[in-house]
Order: sequence, then C-alpha cells, then structure tokens
Amino acid sequence: MDLSAINPLVLMASIMVAATPILLAAIGELVVEKAGVLNLGVEGMMITGAICGFAIAVETGSPTIGFLAAMAGGAILSLVFGFLTQVLMSNQVATGLALTLFGLGLSALMGQSYVGVKPPATDKLDLGPLADIPVLGRVLFQHDLVVYLSLALVLVVWAVLKYSRAGLILRAVGENHDAAHALGYKVIRIRLMAIAFGGACAGLGGAYLSLVRVPQWTEGMTAGAGWIALAIVVFASWKPGRALLGAYLFGGVTVLQLNLQAAGVAVPVEYLSMSPYLITILVLVIMSADRSRAALNAPASLGRIFHASN
Amino acid sequence: MIRLEKRPTPSRFWMAATPLLAVALTMIAGGLLFAALGKDPFEAIRTIFWDPLFNEQFASYSRPQLLVKAGPLILIAIGLSLGFRAGIWNIGAEGQYIIGALCGAGVGLAFYPAEAWYIFPLMVIAGALGGWAWAMIPALLKTHFRTNEILVSLLLVYVAEQLLASMALGAMRNPEGGGFPGSRNLQQYPAASNPELIAGTGMHWGVVAAFIAVIFAYILLNRHMLGFQIRLTGESPRAARFAGVNPTALTLFCMGTSGALAGLAGLFEVSGPAGQISIDFNQNYGFTAIIVAFLGRLHPIGILLAGLLMALTYIGGELAQFMLGLPAAAIQAFQGMLLFFLLGVDVLTNFRIRFGRSEVA
Amino acid sequence: MTELLTIDGLTKAYPGVVANDDVSFAIGEGEIHALLGENGAGKSTLVKMIYGLVKPDSGHMTLRGAPFEPAEPRAARAAGVAMVFQHFSLFDALNVAENIALGMENPPAQRQLAARIRDVSENYGLPLDPDRTVGDLSAGERQRVEIIRCLLQDPKLLIMDEPTSVLTPQEVEILFTTLRKLSAEGTAILYISHKLEEIRSLCDTATVLRLGKVVDSCNPREKSAAELAEMMVGTKLHVPNRERTEPGDVLLQVTALSLKSANPFGTTLKDISFTVRAGEILGIGGVAGNGQDELLAALSGEAPTPTGCVKLNGDGVGHLGPNPRRKIAILAAPEERLGHAAAPDMSLTENALLTAAIREGLVNRGFLKWPAARGFAERIIQAFDVRTPGPANAARSLSGGNLQKFVIGREVLQRPDVLVVNQPTWGVDASAAAAIRQALLDLAGNGTAVIVISQDLDELLEVSDNFAALNEGRLSTPRPARGLTMEEIGLMMGGAHDLEVAE
Repeated sequence: MDLSAINPLVLMASIMVAATPILLAAIGELVVEKAGVLNLGVEGMMITGAICGFAIAVETGSPTIGFLAAMAGGAILSLVFGFLTQVLMSNQVATGLALTLFGLGLSALMGQSYVGVKPPATDKLDLGPLADIPVLGRVLFQHDLVVYLSLALVLVVWAVLKYSRAGLILRAVGENHDAAHALGYKVIRIRLMAIAFGGACAGLGGAYLSLVRVPQWTEGMTAGAGWIALAIVVFASWKPGRALLGAYLFGGVTVLQLNLQAAGVAVPVEYLSMSPYLITILVLVIMSADRSRAALNAPASLGRIFHASN
Repeated sequence: MIRLEKRPTPSRFWMAATPLLAVALTMIAGGLLFAALGKDPFEAIRTIFWDPLFNEQFASYSRPQLLVKAGPLILIAIGLSLGFRAGIWNIGAEGQYIIGALCGAGVGLAFYPAEAWYIFPLMVIAGALGGWAWAMIPALLKTHFRTNEILVSLLLVYVAEQLLASMALGAMRNPEGGGFPGSRNLQQYPAASNPELIAGTGMHWGVVAAFIAVIFAYILLNRHMLGFQIRLTGESPRAARFAGVNPTALTLFCMGTSGALAGLAGLFEVSGPAGQISIDFNQNYGFTAIIVAFLGRLHPIGILLAGLLMALTYIGGELAQFMLGLPAAAIQAFQGMLLFFLLGVDVLTNFRIRFGRSEVA
Repeated sequence: MTELLTIDGLTKAYPGVVANDDVSFAIGEGEIHALLGENGAGKSTLVKMIYGLVKPDSGHMTLRGAPFEPAEPRAARAAGVAMVFQHFSLFDALNVAENIALGMENPPAQRQLAARIRDVSENYGLPLDPDRTVGDLSAGERQRVEIIRCLLQDPKLLIMDEPTSVLTPQEVEILFTTLRKLSAEGTAILYISHKLEEIRSLCDTATVLRLGKVVDSCNPREKSAAELAEMMVGTKLHVPNRERTEPGDVLLQVTALSLKSANPFGTTLKDISFTVRAGEILGIGGVAGNGQDELLAALSGEAPTPTGCVKLNGDGVGHLGPNPRRKIAILAAPEERLGHAAAPDMSLTENALLTAAIREGLVNRGFLKWPAARGFAERIIQAFDVRTPGPANAARSLSGGNLQKFVIGREVLQRPDVLVVNQPTWGVDASAAAAIRQALLDLAGNGTAVIVISQDLDELLEVSDNFAALNEGRLSTPRPARGLTMEEIGLMMGGAHDLEVAE
C-alpha cells in the first residue's frame, strides 16, 4: 500500500469533477419535487443524456453541442413521464421506475456503435490568473464550463425558489395543488415545465459522466448515480445549498475510495466500491430519523395525483 | 377537446382489457422501433412472439425455456405485488435475489462433496432467509427511522452486486477452477442441484415454488384478513389504521415476504439453470419482475400470465438476436415500453374519455 | 340600488346531474346577497362559474353592464370579483404574506406587502402577523388570511362560501361587523350559507337554490327561519325527537388525557377529563382544528394513551388499539368519510368489513366470510336507506349524505356501548342529517353512551344532554345543554380569541 501516491490537490480537484453529474441531476430533481412530483426516473434520464451527449459530441466533434443534445434528450424522455403522470394520471412511483428501465434499454440500444469510441475532449475554461493561484488554482479554477455551470445553477435555483414569484408559485403547486388550482394556477403546465427542467439537468449530468468524467460510453455506466441524486434531494431536505453539500460529500467518498483502490489498500476492491452506496444509505437514515425536519420540509403534495375535479 | 372524467366505480372491463391493449400498442411501437433499426417489423414480432412456441425448428429448445425464465419472474413478482398493493415499494428484488443465491449456494458449497438428502432443503431455507434478511434492512430502516424504502432497497442492489463479485472472485471461487472466477457448478453436485423435474418441460423446483406462490397469494388477497389489510393499506392508509392495521407489522411482512421469494428465486436459479455463482450471475430478473407485477395488475393470476409473456420476450429476443441480428438492448427497451403503455392506458380503468368542450378553465 | 352583477340563465350539467339549471338573479352594488340552499343544491358550482373556475354550458353574466365571462380566476379577480373559499386555498408551509401574494395579480415586494397586510388587518379588526406560517394558525385566523387576501384587491364583489363554519359565535359577530362595514363602503357580498339565522341577521336579499334551480327570492328579514328552511328543503323538515330517559351509570370515563398530535400541524390534547353515562349524549363543540381529530383518535384507539386515561366501566382501556376496543363495544365514526371512515375505491361490502369484522363475526380464523359481509352491508343499506345500486359499488360512487348514512349505520348496527362520532352531518343534505341525528338519539334511548363532536352548534343543542367545547386542545367542563345561551357557548369555545370589533 502506498498512500503517498495520493496527491491531495488532484484528489480535491477530482472531487469537483466527480460531484458535478450528481449535483446536476439532484438540483433538477429538487425542482421537480418542489413542484410536488416524484420522478424516480433520474437514472434513466441520466443514462439517456449520457448516450445522447456522447453520440452527438462524437458525430459533430463538439462537446458543447453534445451537452445541449443531452439536455434535450433528458428533457424529452422526462416529458414522457410528465405526460403519463400529469395528463394520464399514472402512478408516479411506477412510472418513474418504468422511465429508468426504459432509459437503460434505450441507451444501450443507441450506444451500440459507440462502445470503445473516444469522445472529443471538453476544454477547460481559461480563467487566466485565477488558475495560477497556488493550491486553490489547481483545485478550483482548472475545470470546464459545466462544473461552474452546475454551481451557478445551484445559486440560481436557490434564489428563484426563495425570492421570485415563479419560485413561490412552484412551491405553492407542490404544497397544495388543489389550492393552487382554485387560485387559477395551471398546475399541470407548471409541473410539466419543472419535469422538463429536471430531465434536462439529469441529461446534462449524464453527458458529463460520459464526456468528461469517465470519458467513454459503456452500458449502464451511470451505475446508480441517478438514485444517489434522489437520495441527495432527501438528504438536502429540499434545500439547494444542502444538495451542493451532499453532492460534494458523495463526490469526496467516491474519489477517496477510488484513490484507495489505486493505492492498493488492504481492503478488497469490492468493499471499497460499495462504500459510496452504504454511506448514502447511512446518511439517509440519519436524515429521516429526525422527525420534525423530514416532515416539515417535504412538499406536501409530493407524489400525489392531481385531477382538476369540479 | 378531449377530457377525462372520473368513473364512480372502477371499470372491471378495462381492468382486464388494459394489459391486452398495452401489449398490442407495444407491438405496434416495437414494430416501429425494429423498422427504425432496419429490421422487418413483422418478421421481428413473429420471431419474438410466435417462433419460440410454434416454429418447429426452435420450439423444442425454446418451449422448456419458457418455464425456466418465467419461474423466477413470477416468484419475485408475486412477492413484489403484495408490497406494491400496500404502497410499500421494494424495488431492490435484484439484490435480494443475489443474496438469496449467495446464501443458498454457500450452504451447498459448504457441504461439498457430502451427499445427503437434507442438503438441498437446507439450501432452500438459506436462500429464503438470505433474501428475507436483505429485505429486512430497508424494512427496518423504514419502520424505525422512516427512511425511504425505495432508495434504500435500490441502493442495496449495488451493494449486493459488489458482494457477488467479491464472492465469485474470492470466498466461493472454485478451487479446482484454474483461477477462473466463479464457483463450483452445483448442477454437477447432485445433493445440491435443482434439476429439471420432467424432461423437456423446463420444470424445476423454482417453477413449482412459483405456482405455489401464485395459489397462496390468490388465497391471501381474496380470502384472508391479512390480504384485505394489505389492499386496504394501499387504498387508504388512514382508513387502514382506523381498521386496526398495524403499519409496522404490515411493512415487515410485505418486505420480508417479497425478499424471501426473491431469495428463493435466486437460490433455484443458481442451483439449477445457472449452476454456479459468477460475476454476472444476475440477469435483471429482479427489475423485470417489477414490469411483470404491474403488467399482471398486481393480481396473482395476472402475474402468472404476465410472467409467461415476459419470459417469451426474453426467449424471443434471444432468437431475434440470433436470427435477425436484433440487438439485445432492443428487447430491454421493448420491455420498458410495455410498462409505459400499460401505465398510460390504465387511465381507462378509472376515467372515461369524453370528447367535447372543456369544463375546467 | 344599481345592479352590479346580473346572472341570466346559467346552466351547467355534469354527467348524471344538472348542477345549475337556468339560474338567473342579480346582485346590487353594496348589497349583501344570500345564496341559500342545501348541500348539493348547486351553490358551489354557481360561484365557481362566477369566479372563472368552471365554464357554464349556457347562459351569460354581466358585470356593471359589460359582458362578464371569466375564463380563469385571474380574469375574475381583474374584474373585481374576489372569493373566500371554504376549503382548499391556503398553503400550510408558506407564511401569511406568501399566501396572500399568491392570490394577487401584481403583488408588491414582500416588505411593502407585509405593511399593507398590517394596515388592512387593523382597519378591519382582523389582526394578522404576515410572517407566521399558515399551518400554525387557527381556523379563524386562516379565514382572516383569505379575507385580507381579497380585501387587498379592492373587490367590487366578495364571495364568501360558508364562512362561519370555522368561527365561534363571538367571531361570527365580528365578521358580520366587518362585512357590514364593507357593504357600507360599496362592496357587494355574495354570502353562501345554509345557516338561516345568520342570513336573517346579515343579508338584504336571499336567492334560494334547490336541486340546481332558483326556487324563490325574498327579503330574509321578513321570513321566519322555518319558512326559509321550507323554501330550501321543499318539504317540512322532520324534527328529531327523543324520549328523555334518566341517564344510567357512568360508562366512559376520560381522565387527564394529554396527547401529542401525530400531524406536525395538528393540535395537542391537554388534560382532558369528562364522563359519559349510559343513555347520555355528550355534545362537544368547537371550531375545527382545536383537537377534534385527535380526540376521536384517542377514543377510537388509533392513538393509544396511558391505560388509565380512558376507562370503560371502570376498567382502563387507553392502551387498546381500535380492534380490541371494538371487541368491548367502543365504536367510532371519524369525520373524513373518504379515506378515513371508508376506503374510496373499495366496495361497500369491503367497507362494511372495515370495522365490523369482529363484532359481526365476518372472519373465521383469519379467513373472510364474504357472504356474511355482503349481508351486513345490505342490512346497513336497508336500515339506513342508503341510496346505491348495491353493496358491490365503490364507496366513492355514493353522495356525501348516503355515504355518511352508511358510515354511521355501520357503527350503529353493531350495538355499541359507547359511540363516538365526529362531524356526523358535515356536508350532508338536510334529510340525511335528520335521519342521522334520529339514529343517534335512538341509540342513546337504548342505553348507549354517545359522544357527538360537531361544529354545528344547532345540531349539538338539538341532540345533546350535556355540552362541552374544545378550544386549543382543552375541553371545557361539560354543562347541561338545556338552557345554554349562544353567548355562554361562545365563551366556552374560547370567545373571540384575540379579535377586536371593527370600528
């Protein structure tokens, strides 16, 4: 075992890269759940985004177009979920699972000819002098645009939910859809928009996995990232800032266990690989055990079916 | 303008007809998908749904496979359906299936090479207990800490997969296997094997267990107070508490039963058709069983039929892969599509479609 | 008086029922106009059309002479129509200011809005803190939120749907003062109610709806309550009667019951004590949300308590769950029909099984006796005149009154020693309500100890021997119901809380 092989600077920089896909998916799902919809299909939307982004980036040679395509792919898939749950009033849990199962199959199908292909590299953002700051520059300022975009997104979602009228309406719809309807708000339309936003975020997160983090395409490559994003929303008590914390904690655990694997720690590889999942479960338990907090922050209409009766 | 109008009482006709409608719609959409892949849609559909059963060239191989594949699907789906009916979402059957197989195979391998009548029954018990225990983790976390069972049971699948890899590479590796991953082959160890019971049918103990599970589930849900309490809890948790249902006990029962049945399915698979513990021993039965449960409308008889149909798409899919070069992933997408259509047309059970002016602005 | 809103020939049909049939009337500027009718007479459909939530099939409206066809509530609000809902329009987890902002078209910034809320609330004697979370407010305070939300928009027409059902008598007086003040300032009020005395004291005109049609229009001050009731119901009402019998021994004794609510926005029960004798009806009044659900849960066994807190015939039973209590003949009927007392999508047979499995012997070693369950469901349907094609129909297919008769009948037929009912006639038509009250009186006549929890004070005074009121989780000392004045009852219910009369 050689722990000295672990460079703490590289480790911290790679935490940001590891956390970004999950952060994107989690912040998208957070908005969806704030609107009162439980979309368990994050995993399916992420993997679909991963292949859409990968394929388009390879075909066009442009990662940027790839990322946009991934957002579109995730959003389109999420609207299938939206149509079923909002218009046809299907059970959200079952439909979310269907979305995941379908997304895994569809992505495997789409990705057949892309196995083993190398994607075009995503450029790091040139932040000039900032990147040259000792220590901090290496950790914080030598990343690509998507990393900063994900951080900006957290800020924007937080501000919109807390201070804007649109955010207030979104929260109102998630809190009590009957009341929102009685006041004349278009519950279904608002929820569909939230669902599409969540899908686009998950798709972008998936593409970040396949284009930057890994970077290649393999079947089922999200490996539960979507589910962990769902867990992070619970961990975050539906607060954007805490989702950031959760995603970075998770990124830290992932990167650390990979580094320990590489360093040849005397623990079997499999046990290190399962640690992120076990820690996620542990965190979920700690969060949900706190009765008052869990009950007060969950959107009251979460997962309930809305039908504008008369 | 089309609008939906709630029926006063759910339609019995559509309750039975929606799965058929969903299958028909999936065939159409699947045909389009296959056409988009450059395959003749009619030939593809025929290869998947007809040839495995009736084409003389393949049927002799395929027909027994039907029960082999349907057995675990039905066994798992029956267990899942109990929880789903009560609004308890165990979606980690894949993990419980793996742990059941590991525990059962572990007991069998521990006895190697002894020959005794009690070895296989002990394996069965160990398999059921393994699946049960794995499902108890999310169940107890839910009842004691109100942790979301969907997320925990699902995350435990990834943990179970890592355990499986560790076992296949380490503790359970065949010492005479020349260093290849994977355990001894239990089929070659008579005291621990789950053989084909009637030659040429594919019938093994797991299929028998699946049929027994269907019968018990039917009696439970339709004739027994516990089944009534399960349905009541799913319909209306508050009314269930008023009726004296203990939600904690019910959660533990539903999660435990579904875990035990998934564990059994894993044990029967590892000691029979699969034969050994290997890294990729699990074949997504635990997830496909979710589709089976919904396609069967969470009804035992429906699940029996849905399990057979889903098994057919597995076998037909393999055949189409072999004959037409249809990618294996296409079948996976096809199965996912089936669940989408089913959930979509389900609206007909509880709502009428009206054409006319919108009433709600 | 000039006409503000005219309604001409409005018709709205739903499958199987014509909710509004050629409804026409007019509301004058500054008029307080009552819309009187039973549950199911079509009042709420009519106001939903005025508020833009439902589109009429035919007919039209004019507002100050201009055609008025609001496509959505936003349009109605822009035209000067505001509505105070009976239910479904507040958001528990949001604060007062946020709730109010959601009901406005162009709300000012939060700080200015908070200032305006304070202004208006003081001006109209409806004190309200803009920063408080709505889920923590009392029912009366929640109504203030709704009223202020409307007033901030300077409405020409204010629609109020059953506003007094959540108020104490004192609070009702204050509300009426506010409404009269608004009327004097020129705001017209469409006041929906089935409470006759209120309408007689408040309203200038009453339009009476029955089965979707306008059957009469009058000045309510010139009519007696009995005359109004007859217009509303169409026939003379059956007044429940009972033989007053001497109460027997104490059956149920509740001592120092304190209980935390399972619901984060629920009410904690504090030190509740009372006794009920055989043959006695104890009426428990109070504004909704003051611990009614929690008290029912403690008595039905859904929320277990220390053993000695609840005693039957002197034996502690507080620790028992719902089924063991049924075994010793303590039965209950909760308020929420769909989803608590009955499972909406299950058949009446299954719903009969829901509480009657033990006492009616509908199970044998865990196995269900379906024919017996069906038989019991049919007995309820027969004995309580439940209108349904048969016991195989889903609970949700029944009207509110019929389902309530089923729910009450299901418990009454099980021969309880103690029966607890919560809001037994809420949202139920008059004839069903009369039948239910009669059934409770008959039950007491046969020696059952009955506890009726209700918001309807008239109902309680009609059926109770003794009366007590719940206020913020505490129960006042029970007093004989005969001879109690509204004033005294109001004080038992907590008086006017912290309200002041508007100037």
